[in-house]
Amino acid sequence: MAYSDHAATAHDHDAHDHKPHGWRRWVYATNHKDIGTMYLVFSGISFFIGGTMAMLIRLELFKPGMQFLDPQFFNSMTTMHALEMIFGAVMPAWTGLANWMIPMQVGAPDMALPRLNNFSFWILPFAFTLLLSTLFVPGGAPAGGWTMYPPLMLQGGASFPMTIFAIHMMGISSILGAINVVVTIMNLRAPGMTLLRMPLFVWTWLITAYLLIAVMPVLAGAVTMLLTDHFFGTTFFTAAGGGDPVMYQHIFWFFGHPEVYILILPAFGVVSEIIPTFSRKPLFGYEAMVYATASIAFLSFIVWAHHMFTVGMPLAGQLFFMLSTMLIAIPTGVKVFNWTATMYRGSLTFEPPMLFALSFLFLFTIGGLSGLMLAIVPADYQYQDTYFVVAHFHYVLVPGAVFAIMGAVYYWLPKWTGNMYDLKLAKWHFWLSTIFVNVLFFPQHFLGLAGMPRRIPDYAVQFTDWNMVSSLGGFAFGLSQFLFPYIIWKCVRGGARIGNRAWEGAHGLEWELPSPPPFHSWTEPPSDALIQRGAAH
Amino acid sequence: MMRKMTFPLTLAAVAAAGLSRAAHAASGWSLLNMTQGVTAMSRQIYGLHMLMFYLCVAIAVVVFGVMAYSIFTFRKSRGAVADTSLVHSTMVEIIWTIVPVAILVATAVPAATTLIKTEDLRNSQLTVRITGFQWGWNYEYLNSGVSYFSRLDRASDAARQLGSGIDVTTVPHYLLNVDHPLVVPVGTKVRLLITAADVIHSWWVPAFGVKKDAIPGFVNEAWFNIDADKTGLYRGNCAELCGRDHGFMPIVVDARSKDDFQAWLKAEQAEQHPPAASAPASAPAAAQ
Repeated sequence: MAYSDHAATAHDHDAHDHKPHGWRRWVYATNHKDIGTMYLVFSGISFFIGGTMAMLIRLELFKPGMQFLDPQFFNSMTTMHALEMIFGAVMPAWTGLANWMIPMQVGAPDMALPRLNNFSFWILPFAFTLLLSTLFVPGGAPAGGWTMYPPLMLQGGASFPMTIFAIHMMGISSILGAINVVVTIMNLRAPGMTLLRMPLFVWTWLITAYLLIAVMPVLAGAVTMLLTDHFFGTTFFTAAGGGDPVMYQHIFWFFGHPEVYILILPAFGVVSEIIPTFSRKPLFGYEAMVYATASIAFLSFIVWAHHMFTVGMPLAGQLFFMLSTMLIAIPTGVKVFNWTATMYRGSLTFEPPMLFALSFLFLFTIGGLSGLMLAIVPADYQYQDTYFVVAHFHYVLVPGAVFAIMGAVYYWLPKWTGNMYDLKLAKWHFWLSTIFVNVLFFPQHFLGLAGMPRRIPDYAVQFTDWNMVSSLGGFAFGLSQFLFPYIIWKCVRGGARIGNRAWEGAHGLEWELPSPPPFHSWTEPPSDALIQRGAAH
Repeated sequence: MMRKMTFPLTLAAVAAAGLSRAAHAASGWSLLNMTQGVTAMSRQIYGLHMLMFYLCVAIAVVVFGVMAYSIFTFRKSRGAVADTSLVHSTMVEIIWTIVPVAILVATAVPAATTLIKTEDLRNSQLTVRITGFQWGWNYEYLNSGVSYFSRLDRASDAARQLGSGIDVTTVPHYLLNVDHPLVVPVGTKVRLLITAADVIHSWWVPAFGVKKDAIPGFVNEAWFNIDADKTGLYRGNCAELCGRDHGFMPIVVDARSKDDFQAWLKAEQAEQHPPAASAPASAPAAAQ
């Protein structure tokens, strides 16, 4: 929609593209920018739906006693909030950004497989309509947690098969999207754009795409076994038939742990683009960053059981997963140190993308450090399934992944629209978000350590005070987010025109294209000089 | 689901009620950290937790310090000019890889030592089988014929209903009280055999540093040994999402002196197996 306004008026050179107009442009879309836009709009809608669920959770937890929600509906809210945010908000946002940016950054005209691209997007609205419609079926929406552990999940009513089918659809969409990213990066790079000249966002997405292709089928397998256990008399996860409920957890987390890196690796890429731009200095240790990303991806396959230290694993198993988990701190530390070293002796300015990247740097590190504490098995016995874990993963996912997505939008929005957005309002959005995200999640560390379990609709009265603080922070954070679509909408409608290079220190092929870029990004490959200038590391 | 009330009004009322309460009760604010507990194991876990915490604080001070220094010193507005040649330093990169490795090895040693101790189930003196169900616990004292169910107490259960009208702050130990607590002796290594009847639950008492999943069809083991001078009531919750009333499945452990425990166990045996019921068992002996 951003595009249509300009395409129709200001940019006559687009006329030769013969793109369809009206609804056909979107339903039949094969253009990477149009599909990217649809992914991002879809992600924004999911963010607000999942956010509404979070607000209901924080409302019920504002004070002890049951005030608003039935406990079963509360459990549905925690379950649906997670599914909506992970599969509906964060993953499509990254795919949307990949669609927009990867062809521009590697010097390609479009994604390699445009019709597949259309298909992988259009599965999503159907998958989420199906998932959200479970709110209205007998028995209500799924309430067994997003992890869907049996046997609890098998007690689900009509929502059970609907949820599983929705997850299958999301999985297909992700796999197709990932294949498209891999093929585009491998085949459509401009001559001279060698692998080690690619921007970090492209690198992290390439590795993410491999993770997606590797683990989404594992999730599909796990939920299909749930389905056959429920409807076809198999006993994969039932001890009475020779199965094991814990086997589900192993399979799920074999998907689930790489999944958390699927959510965060592109964020590493975005931050590695933003910090050098606003430090006016190339990224420190580019190759180390690439290798660190690959190491994290590899390690993500051998740490899954740290999500289940209390299931009664053998001692050797617990030791192995504790040590392998601690190892992740090394490549993650390398990344944080490299970002810091990039700023060191730079020339820093603090536009909204940089502010979000800096917030990411501090707050993601806090989440990383609490993750290191969680790796210590005996201590994890006390942390497991408490609000300490809730605080930990929200620190890495909200000021981690979500802030990186916001930073990315504020970084590339002028490129996409050709207009500068309201910088002052965006700074308001940043400060409100950063302050209230801490008011929201920091007290949850205290609650967890003091003994409050997660996924409970009501709590003992001694937990009241910090829950109130957390809820008030949550409401303020939620309200602040309405600034985000408003700022984007205003920017799409108009604003100060910008040149090719929206930011003084910006490097990379996307900044060599006009703003907004032509319908097909690089119809002629960029010259070697342009590539060299972009890859100035 | 949502009760039909004017939403903003309700929110305002809740906020007002909540804030006035918060002003009166200050105790909740001081709940910031893990309990040290009442067993040697829980204190060791607490020590490990604090070690990791201080380590993380130290790392954060150093890393955030360098970040903050860079952010305040190298500003373009203060005339900073970027040193674009500073993009790589093998020496620095080796150092900041080796130092974290050393720190991790140093912490892995006490962590592994403590873990090995938690898994040492030898020489237990009493065994209790715990069976989680939706939504409560069954406790069975092996080889003594004593078993009973333990659920959320009636006062909490009445107060926690949606729209009960009961002020939960007036309910003693709201959501942390049960009808029949687990009774154990202090100064005794108690072995737990933990399982479940329907879905997965998790038996957690923070003061003992014990959390173990109760898995239907499988038996998990755990143990605790309460300090000899620490008789009293210890409270916990089910820690694994187990359905609608997961949040209403507390655990209370009544730790008594060894003598009191034996007296209690005898009284329970007498109550659960009255002498009349044991008469047929002694009949064959009489016939000989």
